[in-house]
Amino acid sequence: MWNYSEKVMEHFLNPRNVGEVENPDAVGEVGNITCGDALRLTLKLDQQRRIVDARFQTFGCASAIASSSALTELIKGMTLEQAARITNRDLAEYLDGLPEEKMHCSVMGMEALEAAIASYKRERGEAAPPDQAQRLAQMPAGEIVCRCFGVTDTLIERVARENQLATVEQVTHFTKAGGGCGSCHADIQAILDRVVAEREREAQARLAASPRKLTNLQRIRLIEETIEREIRPSLRVDGGDIELVDVEGDTVKVALRGHCAGCVASTFTLKLFVEEKLREFVEPELTVEEVKTL
Amino acid sequence: MSAQTGGKEQERWIYLDNNATTGVAPEVLEAMMPFFGQRYGNASSMHSFGGLVRRDLDRGREEVAALLGAHPAEIVFTSCGTEGDNHAILGTLRANPGKRHVVTSRVEHPAVRSLVRALAEQGYSYTEVGVDAVGRLVLDEVREAIRPDTALLSFMWANNETGVIFPVEELAQIAHARGIVFHTDAVQAVGKLPIDLGSSAIDLLTLSGHKLHAPKGVGALYVRRGTKLFPFLVGGHQEDGRRGGTENVPGIVALGEACRLARLHLDEEQTRVRRLRNRLEEGLLARARDALVNGDRQQRLPNTSNISFRYIEGEAILLLLDRFRIAASSGSACTSGSLEPSHVLRAMGVPYTAAHGSIRFSLSRYNVAEEIERVIEVLPPIVERLRAISPFGRGDERTWTGQAEEEHRH
Repeated sequence: MWNYSEKVMEHFLNPRNVGEVENPDAVGEVGNITCGDALRLTLKLDQQRRIVDARFQTFGCASAIASSSALTELIKGMTLEQAARITNRDLAEYLDGLPEEKMHCSVMGMEALEAAIASYKRERGEAAPPDQAQRLAQMPAGEIVCRCFGVTDTLIERVARENQLATVEQVTHFTKAGGGCGSCHADIQAILDRVVAEREREAQARLAASPRKLTNLQRIRLIEETIEREIRPSLRVDGGDIELVDVEGDTVKVALRGHCAGCVASTFTLKLFVEEKLREFVEPELTVEEVKTL
Repeated sequence: MSAQTGGKEQERWIYLDNNATTGVAPEVLEAMMPFFGQRYGNASSMHSFGGLVRRDLDRGREEVAALLGAHPAEIVFTSCGTEGDNHAILGTLRANPGKRHVVTSRVEHPAVRSLVRALAEQGYSYTEVGVDAVGRLVLDEVREAIRPDTALLSFMWANNETGVIFPVEELAQIAHARGIVFHTDAVQAVGKLPIDLGSSAIDLLTLSGHKLHAPKGVGALYVRRGTKLFPFLVGGHQEDGRRGGTENVPGIVALGEACRLARLHLDEEQTRVRRLRNRLEEGLLARARDALVNGDRQQRLPNTSNISFRYIEGEAILLLLDRFRIAASSGSACTSGSLEPSHVLRAMGVPYTAAHGSIRFSLSRYNVAEEIERVIEVLPPIVERLRAISPFGRGDERTWTGQAEEEHRH
């Protein structure tokens, strides 16, 4: 049995805004009965393009119905431009979270909203505003990766990026892609590799672009994280360990433990390995000093 | 049943999920309790404190054998149905080293289905025979699937999801005519159908205690005398060297008592329980539109009904039934955590519009008419409520779903 939040159950048992808006200004239909869930969203807009009414019809499980209900509640009163910024994470957060296997329900909500906005703009011959142009324009243009559930590479890539996904299984939970015959797993992995590499590049670029922006507290945290992630595992292989003692300005004071403590190569370890890593991941000005404690 | 007799009114459940598991019969609970307390001896011991327990094990074995029409020496106690299935298949393959092929069906329980798939990665191969639209086997396809290196035919006696019964006797004869071992996973059949292995060609049969009012953690494998079978758990001399490990004495005593009760109540399954099931089915079909029964309604377990409510989804139905303390199960994708609906319904070619909205009701002799009437009263409004939310079922969804339905058949 799924561990649904109270909010999910509440929206499932008392769904808001069920039905169809009369003479809708925008309609979004996603999913189909074959896939196991489907959502039809209809919107009514006022002169200022504010969503005055939103209604849904959903075929699906409790979390699909709850996600649809949450979607309509969230977007009512928003302008189209505001609504276009809603992501699946907003829906999941509104519901106090969804089981990971059910995150695809929140993605379906987001897709229906985008389809509705796109239909509205298409009918009026409008180009999407520049910041959404790419996002929206590319959606239908993507190539199908998962044939079982008809999921495109653009959707997978985008959801993986926005939700920080790292594994094929997660992609399946969020988009359904790969949940059928499984023959597309290698393709999904390739997309993930691209997204993860890009994520790492961006993280490094951020670091390089703002080398001086760290507060002392942030600097210490980042040093600790880097030690934990990049340094300690390698030292442990040789039976050693490292401890952060203090940070004074650009000087990082550490104590070596275990086999490292008495090792003649410890100076090299400090300068060539620890310092290198800290400069790479924290700040390029850092120097490392060894202090002897207890 | 504790669930039905004990506690306050709001604690009562209408339990219609007996193919998943059953309540332990009060007599069974009573019979097993002493073996958790003072009678903890080991049957293999040389002192009478332990040795006397042997007699209780023997009695349990006799009761299981009696229900199956078998000889007590043909009963090997196991821990569960999955162990029985694994023992039968792996034990037969190891005992027939030149043969590396297994024939089974597309609708087997994962205890067989996942196992043969795993074996396919270790140099074995398998053929899964399909079923028709109501879940029946085509026997000629079984014959065609047999190869010179086929070691084993393994077909379930009755399907856990639809209750459809396979012609196991004919299948066993097909196997024997070709010198092949025949195993049946009878987990859903034992206690619900009359079984007489003494006059049968079946070589191996798996049963599970918790499907017939014994507790979880005990089962049995019937091994016809003379059948070559490798042990699955290798260890001590227990079970005549066929299954190592100290016997689960309370479980075996419980299984024996459950089998004794099952023999007493076998007629009731075929009469009263069958009538309740038929009433449930007819009542629901009459009151809920766009509902259909999955599986052959003739050759079927007396306790099982699998009904699809088109255009809505099973998990949502179950969660709303849960509000009324009614327990059933579904073949929808969402209930399994996978994204595909039941492999059994898909093998039968049940359309996706129906498979996602399938509900399985499985009764037991502890169900009563009032419970069935309650479900007939409560469920149709639930179906209507979900249909009111659904975008489908209004006759205009063809363009949206029709094409995908075809494309999805991969």
